[in-house]
Amino acid sequence: MRIKADRDVCVGAGQCVLTDPDVFDQGVDDGIVWLLAEVPGPEHEDKVREAVSLCPSGALSIVEE
Amino acid sequence: MTQSQAPELPVDQIPAFPMERTCPFHPPAAYSEIQDGDAPVKVRLTRSGRIAWLITSHDQVRQVLAHPGVSSDRTAPNFPLAVNLDPEEIKNMPKPALIGLDPPEHSVQRRQVITEFTVRRTKDLRPRIQQIVDDAIDDLLAAGKGADLVEHVSLPVPSMVICELLGVPYADHDYFQERTRALLSRDSTIEQGRRALNELGDYFVELLTAKEKNTPDDMLGRLITAGRADGTYDRDELAALARLLLIAGHETTANMISLGTVALLENPEQLAKLKADSGLLPTTVEELLRVFAIADVATSRTALVDMEVGGVLIKAGDGIIASGLAASHDPGVFPEPHAIDVTRSARAHVAFGYGVHQCLGQNLARAELEIAYETLFRRVPGLTLAVPAENLPYKNDAFIYGIHEVPVTW
Ligand code: HEM
Ligand code: SF4
Repeated sequence: MRIKADRDVCVGAGQCVLTDPDVFDQGVDDGIVWLLAEVPGPEHEDKVREAVSLCPSGALSIVEE
Repeated sequence: MTQSQAPELPVDQIPAFPMERTCPFHPPAAYSEIQDGDAPVKVRLTRSGRIAWLITSHDQVRQVLAHPGVSSDRTAPNFPLAVNLDPEEIKNMPKPALIGLDPPEHSVQRRQVITEFTVRRTKDLRPRIQQIVDDAIDDLLAAGKGADLVEHVSLPVPSMVICELLGVPYADHDYFQERTRALLSRDSTIEQGRRALNELGDYFVELLTAKEKNTPDDMLGRLITAGRADGTYDRDELAALARLLLIAGHETTANMISLGTVALLENPEQLAKLKADSGLLPTTVEELLRVFAIADVATSRTALVDMEVGGVLIKAGDGIIASGLAASHDPGVFPEPHAIDVTRSARAHVAFGYGVHQCLGQNLARAELEIAYETLFRRVPGLTLAVPAENLPYKNDAFIYGIHEVPVTW
């Protein structure tokens, strides 16, 4: 599983960071989503899917490999 | 799904909106009936007389709010206005910051302030919020049994937090608090409310003028510096944004402190779970946000393009009320939706909206609510209502749901 984050679409609500702070962060200078891991370990899979569905802007997607 | 035109009802048969509640803790019963139909229905707004589509199912509400073809412009001809304004008044409405803007203008303004509301930034504010909550509870206890939770805790906490956030100097706190109280008190006349709003607007302009000189390291100071750096600084625009932050973050949070406290007191088995395990605070807060979804119709829009929603064709120009309350009680997403369950994972609620306008202050609101509930029930373990919950004055006809007054004892 690979995560894609579209930094032009993100509105910085932080839902992803709240869901899995090991995978998602917000840039200090712009508050926009920042991936700490593009290919997170399997233990993060559920949380990442939850974050994708909670993201209000459609900035996050998952590319199955 | 086949697309169909909704049957054209004569105007006097179109259901009136807002719909009535029968229980202060449940959404209007009509919401679930509409939800069963799984399609948008037309409603008639009682105050403005306008007709709009009411959307109630979770996926349809999210679909509409995430759609690029909807507008938040309050001055559009069919926008589902909750108040009755004449066309002249609508034309003269001050251009709102952020919440009434559409992309790309909206995106530019939102990006200027995101950094001030990140998860990390709000975490840093927690110790100050804790102090503010502790001071408010000292004040409640000093006022003695029978004191009003709203006056001593619910309203002052978010007001002080916003002072802190915006960098309102300590010496001005009383002036600021008095105006915000006049703005929200049900005892104020419309004229008094309007005057308080204007005075706060003028106050922010003065505050910005002062901060322009030494650009302090607080939110407004930083926004002045950033705006000057890229040549976009506009004092009046920033004052309007400051005022929006005050309005958007004050009454909402206050009402949630009151409603959440009452709901927990009325559900002692849920309160006992929370008291036994403070690790349940985050899910408790999400569940209370979900159950009340107090800004139900803040998520109103106008369609800019034709769109199909739940098999119905919504035409360009039609008004839309994407009900955050109905969506947050969709039984397909939240089983037994009217029951309060502090262990439920409720984060898919739409209490903060959805799409590009999703609440900017949501992480701040979460922090304030967690700290307020935790501190209140820890420091006042014997807290109870001084009047039965069903006799409290609920804000049944207000834009944001809440309670006017909550007398408590301990
Ligand atoms: C429990 C408390 C709160 C609730 C239920 C709430 C609810 C909402 C909702 C539903 C929206 C979306 C409106 C729309 O779609 O047009 C919104 C937007 C907004 N909220 Fe909150 N809010 C709360 C607290 C706060 C706080 C504490 C602040 C900041 C100090 C804040 C600032 C804003 C702003 C600036 C917007 C507009 C965002 C935009 O248009 O991009 N809110 N809020
Ligand atoms: S949840 Fe979506 S919009 Fe919010 S910060 Fe993460 S990517 Fe951005």
